[in-house]
Order: sequence, then C-alpha cells, then structure tokens
Amino acid sequence: MSDLIHASAVELAAQIANKTVSAIEVTQAHLDRIAEVDGRVNAFLHVDADGALEQARAVDHAVASGQALSPLAGVPLALKDVLTQTGVPTTAGSKILEGWRPPYDATVVERLRDAGVVILGKTNMDEFAMGSSTENSAYGPTHNPWDLERIPGGSSGGSAAAVSAYEAPLAIGTDTGGSIRQPAAVTGIVGAKPTYGAVSRYGLVAFSSSLDQAGPFARTVVDTALLHSVIAGHDPRDSTSIKEPVPDVVGAAKSADVSNMRIGVVRELSGEGYQPGVQARFDEAVELLRAQGAEIVEISCPSFTYALGAYYLIAPSECSSNLARFDAMRFGLRTDDNGELSAEDVMRHTRAAGFGPEVKRRIILGTYALSSGYYDAYYGQAQKVRTLITRDFEAAWASVDVLISPTTPTEPFRIGERVNDPVAMYKADLCTLPSSLYGGPAISVPIGLGDENLPVGLQVMAPVMADDQVYRVAGAVEKALAQQWGGLLLDQAVAL
Amino acid sequence: MSAPLIDFDEVIANFDPVLGLEVHVELGTASKMFCGCATEFGAEPNTQVCPTCLGLPGSLPVVNGTAVESAIRIGLALNCSIASWCRFARKNYFYPDMPKNFQTSQYDEPICFEGYLDVDVETDEGTRTFRVEIERAHMEEDTGKSLHVGGSTGRIHGADFSLVDYNRAGIPLIEIVTKPLEGAGKYAPEVAKAYVGALRDLLRGLGVSDVKMEQGSLRCDVNLSLRTSPDAPLGTRTETKNVNSLRSVERAIRYEMQRQAALLTDGTAIIQETRHWHEDTGVTTSGRVKSDAEDYRYFPEPDLVPVAPSAEWIEQLRSQLPEPPAERSKRLREEWGISEKEMQSVINAGALDLVLATIAEGADPAASRKWWLGELARRANDEGVELESLAITAKQVADLEGLVQSGRLNDKLARQVIDGVLAGEGEPAAVADSRGLQIVSDDSALLEAITAAIEADPDAAQKIRDGKVAATGALVGSVMKATKGQADAARVRELVLQELGQ
Repeated sequence: MSDLIHASAVELAAQIANKTVSAIEVTQAHLDRIAEVDGRVNAFLHVDADGALEQARAVDHAVASGQALSPLAGVPLALKDVLTQTGVPTTAGSKILEGWRPPYDATVVERLRDAGVVILGKTNMDEFAMGSSTENSAYGPTHNPWDLERIPGGSSGGSAAAVSAYEAPLAIGTDTGGSIRQPAAVTGIVGAKPTYGAVSRYGLVAFSSSLDQAGPFARTVVDTALLHSVIAGHDPRDSTSIKEPVPDVVGAAKSADVSNMRIGVVRELSGEGYQPGVQARFDEAVELLRAQGAEIVEISCPSFTYALGAYYLIAPSECSSNLARFDAMRFGLRTDDNGELSAEDVMRHTRAAGFGPEVKRRIILGTYALSSGYYDAYYGQAQKVRTLITRDFEAAWASVDVLISPTTPTEPFRIGERVNDPVAMYKADLCTLPSSLYGGPAISVPIGLGDENLPVGLQVMAPVMADDQVYRVAGAVEKALAQQWGGLLLDQAVAL
Repeated sequence: MSAPLIDFDEVIANFDPVLGLEVHVELGTASKMFCGCATEFGAEPNTQVCPTCLGLPGSLPVVNGTAVESAIRIGLALNCSIASWCRFARKNYFYPDMPKNFQTSQYDEPICFEGYLDVDVETDEGTRTFRVEIERAHMEEDTGKSLHVGGSTGRIHGADFSLVDYNRAGIPLIEIVTKPLEGAGKYAPEVAKAYVGALRDLLRGLGVSDVKMEQGSLRCDVNLSLRTSPDAPLGTRTETKNVNSLRSVERAIRYEMQRQAALLTDGTAIIQETRHWHEDTGVTTSGRVKSDAEDYRYFPEPDLVPVAPSAEWIEQLRSQLPEPPAERSKRLREEWGISEKEMQSVINAGALDLVLATIAEGADPAASRKWWLGELARRANDEGVELESLAITAKQVADLEGLVQSGRLNDKLARQVIDGVLAGEGEPAAVADSRGLQIVSDDSALLEAITAAIEADPDAAQKIRDGKVAATGALVGSVMKATKGQADAARVRELVLQELGQ
C-alpha cells in the first residue's frame, strides 16, 4: 500500500486505467495515510471519506465499462478550504464560516469532478488566505512534514503539507501574493500560480479579487502541469477569466528543454535578507540551467523593491470590501443574537468574534487606505506602483523569456517565531509578490536544502499566458537535479 | 407630528429654491444585473436568488449586456454623452438588505453623462420650457427589501424582528441625476413633476422599464435647498426619499420648501439629512443624518472588466431610438388639432400613452382624451392612484366609447359601466348586459312614461301647453328617473313637447 501513497499522479492514473489497482484502493490508501499522520501534520480541516470513496467508485465503474478516462482519473487530491464544494464544510480557515456548507461547486471543483479527480477533503490555511505560515488558521497551525516544529508556509500550508506528507499526490492551493509558491518551496514540492484569469475564481472565497488565483501542487513538475491543465480554461461565470486557450503546459513540462532559452536573474531579488544557503542553492540552479544550454542574463527590475508596500495596500483594500459580506445575516457564525441586540450590533459582535487578528488588521488597513482623503495617497499610489512593476516585467520580456529568483528569502521558520512581527512575516513573500501584482504565471520547484537542511525553491516567472515557459524551466531543473539526487528532493525528508 | 410651515407665496417672496432630482429606474430586463436570476415582480420572497445575488462567499458577478444596452439608450434619449470606456465601482456600506455590504455601482466613470431633458410647464405667462440638465446616468444594482415587523413606525428601529426578501437584490437600476435645477422659482414643484413625468414617458417609450412608481420601478429622491436670492450661496439641502408618485413629487417639494422656509425664517439652521415623504399625511419626517463626510470608500470593482461600448454600437442604438417625446407631442398636437395647453394637460395627467393606446383601439382622439382626463382622472384622484393604475385598460375605454357611439349607452350609463369594469365585473359590454344598462329608444315605452309624468305633474304640463318651454325640464327629469336614466334625454324632450302640442 505504501507504494500507492509514494507514487506520482501519472503512475496512479496509469495503474487505475490498466486495472492494476482500483481507484477505491488508491483512495483508501490515502485516507489511511491521513489517519496515520494528520494528527501530527494538521493538513486537513475536513476529510470527506465517504464523498471521496464515492467518487473513486464512479471512476472504477468508468474503468470497468471501458469509458475514456481523463489523465488524472481516480487520482486523489487535497482541496484548499477556500474553494466551495457543494455540501462540504468550507471555512476559509475562519471561525466566521464554521459550519457553512456551500450550496454550489466552485468551477475548479466542477472541473476536478469532470476529470474524475477524487477530492479527499479540505485543507488548512491562513484565515481567508491572509498569511505566510498557516499559523493564522482559526483551527490551529499546520506543521511542516520536514520538521514538525516549522511552518509549512502559507497561506496554502495545508495543501502543501498534505502533498509533502504523502497524504495526497495532488493539491489545489490559491495564490494571492505567493500563497502557493512559498509553501511549495518550504515543503520541498512543486507549486504553480497560473496567469491571473487562467483559472476561474468562481467559488473561490475572495481575499483580493484582482490578485487571487487558484493553482496546482504536486511532487513532480509533470503532475503539476497535468493538474494545471485540468483546472485552467475559460469560465463565463468569472468576468476576469481569460478566453484564449490554455498553453500546452504538460508538453512543456515533459520537454524540459531550456536550450536556447534566455533566462533573466532578477538583481533585486537577492543579497541582503537572503539566507546564505538559499542564495547558494539558487546560484547552483542558475549554473545548472546554463549547463543545459540556457543563456543567463542579469536583469534589473527596480520597481520590485516597492512590491511589498503596494501589495499591502491593494490586497487589504480589496479584502476590506470582500469580507464585508460576513455579517451573520445569511450564512456562517452569528453571535449574541439574543433578541435584545439590533441587527447592526449582532453584525458587530459576530465580526469581532469571528475574525482573527490578522484578518482584522488587514480589514482596518484596507478601510483606511480606501477612505476619502487617503485614497489617492495609498490605494491610488499603490496602483501606480503596480503599473510600474508591470512595466519592469514587460521591459524584461524584451530581452529574456523568463525571470528567475529564489522563491523565498529564507528556509521555513519555526512556528511562533514571527507571529508577533507582521512585517517580518510579510517578508516571506518578498520574491513572489511582483508576479502577483503583474498577473503573470510563476512556479516554484525544489532546488535543494539550505543551511538548516530545509527545502529551498527556485521561482520561475514568465509573461502573461506563457505558463508553458515556467513548466519548461521547472522541468529542466527537476530533471537535472533528479540525476544528481537519484530521485526527488522529498526523498531526503525524514519519514513521518 | 407636522412641522411649522409658512405660506407658499411667502416662501417665494423670500427664498429661491434649488432642486436636484435623483431618479432610480428598475430596468425591465429578464434577468438581474450581475446574475441570471429572474426579475419578476411579486414572486414568493427569496425564490429568485442564487449565490451571486445572495452575496455568498466565492460568488462572482457577470454584467448583463441588455442592461448596458438599456443604459446607453436611456443616455442617448436624454441627450447624454456615452463613455467609450467606464468601470463599475464598489460603494461600501453595511446594511442588512445589501447582501455583499457593498453595492456594485458606478462612481466617477458613469456610462452616460452631460445631457438634458426639456419640459413644458404652464406659467402665468403661458407655457414655458424648462431645460433640466442631466449630470449623469449610471448603472447599479438594487438592494433587497426589508420588512420590519412590530414596533410602531415600520422602520428598523423599534421593530420586533425584520424579514429580508432578496428577490429585488441585484435587479438592474439606472440612476439618473440632474444638475442643480435653478431659476424655477415658484414653479419648482411643477417643473420637478413635469420632469419626472416626462422622464417616465421617455423611459416607457424606450421600452426599458415598466416605470410603475407605486411598485417602485421608478423611484425619486428630491434634494432641495433654499437660499435668500439667486445670487446667494447654496443653502443646506435635505434629501427626501419615498416620493413615489407624480403627485407626491410636487407635494413633497412644496412641503419641504414651506418647512425649510419656516425654519430659516425662524433663524434655525437646516440639518443636512435624509427625510421620508409620507403620502398619506403629506409631510416629510427626519431620517438619518447625512453628512458630506459619509465615506463609501468607492474603488473600481475588481471582479468586473471595464465596459467599453464601440462607437458603431452606440450609433446603431442612436439610430433606433423612438421619436423624442417633444417631437411626438408636437406631431400629435397637430394631428389632433388641440392647443399646447390642452396637450400639456394630457401629458401632465400622465395620460398620453393611455390616450394613444385608446386611439389605437379604435376610439377617436377627442373621446379618448375626454374619458381619460375627465371621468377616469376623477376616479384615479378619488382613489389616490396614478391614472395608469386604474383597473381599466385602453381597450376597455375604447369599447366603452364604442357603446356610446352606437347609441347603446349615454354618458351617464357609461359611467355606471365604468363602475362595473373597475369593480372587476368584466368587459364593458358584459357589464352593460349584466347591469341591464341600455338607452330606452322605444318611443312607445317612453310615451307610456311621459303620459304618467304628465298625469303626475299637471301644473308643469299646463305651463308647457301655455308655451313655457323651460318647464320641460321637470317632466324630462321625472321620465329619466322613471326609466332609471336609460332614456335618451333629448328624445324624451322632443316627445314631451310633441305630446303637449308644442
């Protein structure tokens, strides 16, 4: 059975399709693994064993009746608890949504179902995706499977930990400022943020509408690309959804060919604040790509320095409005509705009791930034910076195909280490924020262990709708390192 | 409790009113502004809802293209410029009947801007045209509807509990905002009424809304301030809501002018606030205090993409607009051969479309105007409703007129038929049948009644024989009474005179 949990999605799908193993067996093996380790990892907020087995049974029927199968049919997946799934609790990591069972499926969930992907359950996250460590969950932190004392990154820490702890071969996360790439990096797996608009946001509980994007996690680049191709594509229910066809990310991941590619190293994403081990692994990865025939160019993107400031105005501004709907009126928590308090007071009490401190901090920040008299100085100015960052990217595309940087400045820190220092926490996303503000695709792929023997990731960023390019580079890095290591980085983790 | 008022003439002698009108129009699209839910009026509460219009977590809006088209057509009909690129914005404030606690609206980039509507008002010096300048017309979504149960006021404060119907949440609205309307003086109430009436006719002509004020598909908020003279700076304004009929527009403005003038005369400052108009008592009462500092934290709606109508599309819509109301009114005036003043009374009564519909059903223009402006206007006034809300259709009025023309009914009987139609007794002919209403045209039946009348009043009969024809009235009257009004009075008179040798 343990073979099943260590297998890749590609291998599992093949074995299910040729009836070597049933989807039910694969699902049960993962449910067993969750039962075995999740008490220590806390990756899942809700395990939907019955629903998962039912989906697996349907795949087995399809196999038995000789129906054509999607490339991921029967493969289990962990779903970040920020996407709605009909009848399954969806909390977004918040007390304010405790007990809410959505009456509708997110488009991502619909696509997963259509592809026969088996959804095991919902994963832990920073409340409303606000955080970089999953410590902001109202349901306790998730632990990094590499070192249970460490954070698994965030906000999609539950999804990343589930994949790196072999509780699921695939997971869905969402990325607003780095919430897929940073957890992928610090748990030693692959995670991609597709081009903004490539994956429908319908059913994604909004944090920052102009930045939020769902994306795939897996242990290999090809698995990640396969999941990407399942969830991406135009959706008329999301006005910001892109109509153009999804690039061939699977083909690019498989080709892993970087010869004749021009790769830009971002000068501003290195130096002070970057852990030596992180910098060393990054430099080695650059040489690896050069050795495979890529042309390496140093690129300056001066506006990237202002990404953190711009992000922490734009995202909180949008969140202050997006989170206004949590008012105890129609769903979720309702506090102190004792017949004495007015509707307004019940709203106030519920919001005070239901939101955690980081969410409140950002609502207050955003409310302030949008206030009349401050709008131009804060929100307006941040939008200008966003434009400048986009121009930096566009200028870079004149001379290179992709940009690369470390995914995070440091290895994963200890749980509790930064909880009282929000700005230190925010800096975990220093490298991932620029492409979020720009809207282009980016991926994180493991490139080794740092000073503390913990995972380090390489970030690859590409032009809008050139998602295939990030998979091409990540595939090349993975292939070269697999030869050095004789397998995946994750194989070097101490077994749970 | 009503506030102290001063006489309207005294208001005008001492103050100059400045008006601003905000009209919200519910578009008659089949689906809502940002989702596919139905928009039917009067459905069971909370049956026309979905994740998007309930504001459920994860839901997203998609713009209704027909609503955008209607907005552009309204803008063109109001002589507005149409934005080649504009965005929606979020207007953030908390209210229980607003699902997302922000309203998706437009802020500094309205789809239509800088237009006007000319309206004619009867003044002491004859008909005068006032140009009402339009600042903007923008798209937004309606809120849900709260019902506050218990308490005395029907308002949220003091209620035992409240119910919310989200069927209305997300219905497409166009908000049409005028520039400050100055210089109307004592005609300000009439100009406002004429504007809302003209706007209503224009919207109905465009077919974009059913514009029923009492159902809330056209709602009017009135901003009003007074200043001591046209050169003085603007005074503090109040915003009066719930002004839901043409009559109320005029009355509410008149009242608010008198109320504000009384306060100002007394040296009391006007409070900038929202006030509610009460149609039944004819007063406005204080609502929430509104300050300029109220901060809606508008920002561009990130869940929607900009609206960018092409110049070709705009021109195509412009070329398909119906005849402008002013031109139509001029044409009809000539066709019907009536004066400007007569035409104005048709328009101001809100009867133009009804009259036209009645003509279309076969009645002649004069008769159509007579019924709608006479008897039916009286009924509407008695019931305190708009003419169009009376339970009688243009076709029924035309049929009624047909019965008069054919000699079956006289005007008196026709009025009884109207009673029956309004009471829901059926079509005019059926009402006449079931009520037994029919002019008695059989001379022998009339002669019988005349003989009886002569016997009953020999004095009168003698006077007529003696040549005092004026005495005929008494005998005709008693014959009409005896025949329950169903005789043709002219024929009765002829026969009476004939019988008495005159």
